[in-house]
Amino acid sequence: MTPKFESESSRLVTDSPVSKPRVGLFVTCLVDLFRPSVGFAAVKLLEEAGCEVEVPGLQTCCGQPAFNSGDRADAATIAQRTIVLFEGFDYVVVPSGSCGGMIREHYPELLAGDPAWAERARTLAGRTWELISFLYDVRGLRQVKARYDGTITYHDSCSGLRELGVKQQPRTLLASVQGTKLKELPGAETCCGFGGTFCVKYPEISDKMVEGKAEDILATGADTLLAGDLGCLMNMAGKLKRMHSERGTRATRVRHVAEVLADMTGEPPIGETGQ
Amino acid sequence: MESTSHTFKDNAHDALGNAHLQSALDKMRAGFPQRRLDAIGKLPEFEDLREQGREIKNHVLENLDWYLERYERNVIAAGGHVHWARTPEEARQIILDLCRKLGAKTVTKGKTMIAEEIALNDFLEENGVIPIETDLGEYIIQLRHEPPSHIIAPAIHLTKGQVEETFREVHTNLPADRNLEEPRSLVAEARTMLREKFLKADVGVTGANFLIAETGSSVIVTNEGNGDLTQLLPRAHIVLASLEKIVPTLEDASALLRLLARSATGQDMSVYTTFSTGPRRAEDPDGPGEYHVVLLDNGRTGMLGSEFQEMLRCIRCGACMNHCPVYGAVGGHAYGWVYPGPMGAVLTPSLIGIENAKHLPNASTFCGKCESVCPMKIPLPKMMRHYREREWQKKLSPATQRFGLKLWAFLALRPPLYHFFYAIAAQVLGLLGRRTGGSFYNLPLAGAWTATRDLPAPQGRSFQEQWHQRQKQKKAA
Repeated sequence: MTPKFESESSRLVTDSPVSKPRVGLFVTCLVDLFRPSVGFAAVKLLEEAGCEVEVPGLQTCCGQPAFNSGDRADAATIAQRTIVLFEGFDYVVVPSGSCGGMIREHYPELLAGDPAWAERARTLAGRTWELISFLYDVRGLRQVKARYDGTITYHDSCSGLRELGVKQQPRTLLASVQGTKLKELPGAETCCGFGGTFCVKYPEISDKMVEGKAEDILATGADTLLAGDLGCLMNMAGKLKRMHSERGTRATRVRHVAEVLADMTGEPPIGETGQ
Repeated sequence: MESTSHTFKDNAHDALGNAHLQSALDKMRAGFPQRRLDAIGKLPEFEDLREQGREIKNHVLENLDWYLERYERNVIAAGGHVHWARTPEEARQIILDLCRKLGAKTVTKGKTMIAEEIALNDFLEENGVIPIETDLGEYIIQLRHEPPSHIIAPAIHLTKGQVEETFREVHTNLPADRNLEEPRSLVAEARTMLREKFLKADVGVTGANFLIAETGSSVIVTNEGNGDLTQLLPRAHIVLASLEKIVPTLEDASALLRLLARSATGQDMSVYTTFSTGPRRAEDPDGPGEYHVVLLDNGRTGMLGSEFQEMLRCIRCGACMNHCPVYGAVGGHAYGWVYPGPMGAVLTPSLIGIENAKHLPNASTFCGKCESVCPMKIPLPKMMRHYREREWQKKLSPATQRFGLKLWAFLALRPPLYHFFYAIAAQVLGLLGRRTGGSFYNLPLAGAWTATRDLPAPQGRSFQEQWHQRQKQKKAA
């Protein structure tokens, strides 16, 4: 899977200085339910990058759980709803490579056989971006005004990495955050074992995978783990927390990369409380 | 081979608790991927080669009948015979009949996964013919009465210590105080034991990495040279291969060979690449008196024209399993049949039926690593998803999962209800979570998750609820 955006750079739209691009934020189920602060961080970053952000109130889920469980019919219906809600925007931005990949890579495939929807799915796919990639590749953002004191390590979530080519964009932006040192994670591109419903269908295998990932994270000595996908983050945060409490060691702070880039790290890290 | 794919979950559980296996898998995870990376790093045209390989095999699959007939004509022209087998039963019988006709007592075997697919060894033994595996890994697992756990490294699930143990148990004619510390000494011992068997064998059976239509040749790659001895020394050489192994020309085979070893073991080339065309000719110094090819279908022609056709591009390099985090966690035996890992998750249901291999296409996070390293660019996750779709249609997936998904889809299609539930769940779980330090150590209905990891709690109020409240306030202001 080669990153598609490289060959499609012609798609990069230069906006006239007077009109701000209208961005529809696709919040994602997990951000909506578990970590709204990621959504607000995304809004802040997008607005600072000169976008007008709207959040369609009727959006729900991208349909990936149905799609990956073999329930094509429900996935297609949900995809059609999402297309209707978002096709009026200049861009659709998603703070998740997994949900972004669903809309951008899989909607066209899912609806390819339906003449009424195929073209609409392709059009929406062409306008849909993962948040960090959008900021970097479309809006040309190269630095942020943010401060975060700590040594961070970064996990490349699979869908963002392999379906959307998100790799160096977050690293470049993180390099501009004051007080932050990036320590690369060995095996950063290896799956953490989340895999959507996989983690509850095959919990033992999933645990083995996240255990290895957590050991790698701890071995970096970093005090903070960042990634761009909340599913993976909750899996890794949950495992790290369990390991720390069993070992009596100091918690690793786990956050979505958008929180750090938006300078919005007031909320406690994932799985922690305020103290 | 009897399948235990239906008990994948139990197999995986056992594998995760097997310390020897886990130590062997640690080594594998550390070895293969880095070696592949080093090898392709030295070949700037690797990506172009992948595309070329994909095109070669796609072309063959679109014209398979034509190339198979061409291949058959050229095998016959070189003095060989081609036998067509629709099923494993037919293939086994053809080989047994050949052995009987030749009065064969022992058969040496080069590594062939098709022989595993048709359970050849057991069948020959039941009928009084002794099969002897000559690939080191295959030899070891034959001694241990185990199936291979990897398509190119059949004994990768074993540690050196386990191999030493097996050798001491079986090679009782050797001095008990011999030193087997070094892997080198294990190899030397196996070589000594095998040498004598090579000389005694009546028939040699090998697989084929490629069958070349324009010349009627078969190609095998090995690192031990055992394939050469297997096919040159006995009176007859039987090539056992599935019919999608065909490639049009020698040049096509060369292109695929450049992909194969790099993807498999990270070598530029395997140590031995052996082409054989027909039996020994009058001017040849050595070679078998007879040359037979048994071509197995076993459901493959049924894959042509289906959404699984692309699976037939596979050149059996094993890169997908070498890089698969699930294979890396549980090893090959957990998959329960001949072909493990991502390629097995597609091929096994294709060959033995999805109802007998329900778990395999599901036991993947869809991380996409397999597809990204596949030299033939086979869209493995996509095909696993297609099998999940078949399971969904045939109602083979567990009832609880189906119910859960249906309930979720019901909500996802009713936004107001969905947001109502999310707002309540966020508040209740958020409230509870603040009392338990920000995450749950256990939670009803989330036991699969919380058995081994905490579940981070929601922050408290759903994004949608907060956002729309803010919008209202903005409007009011």
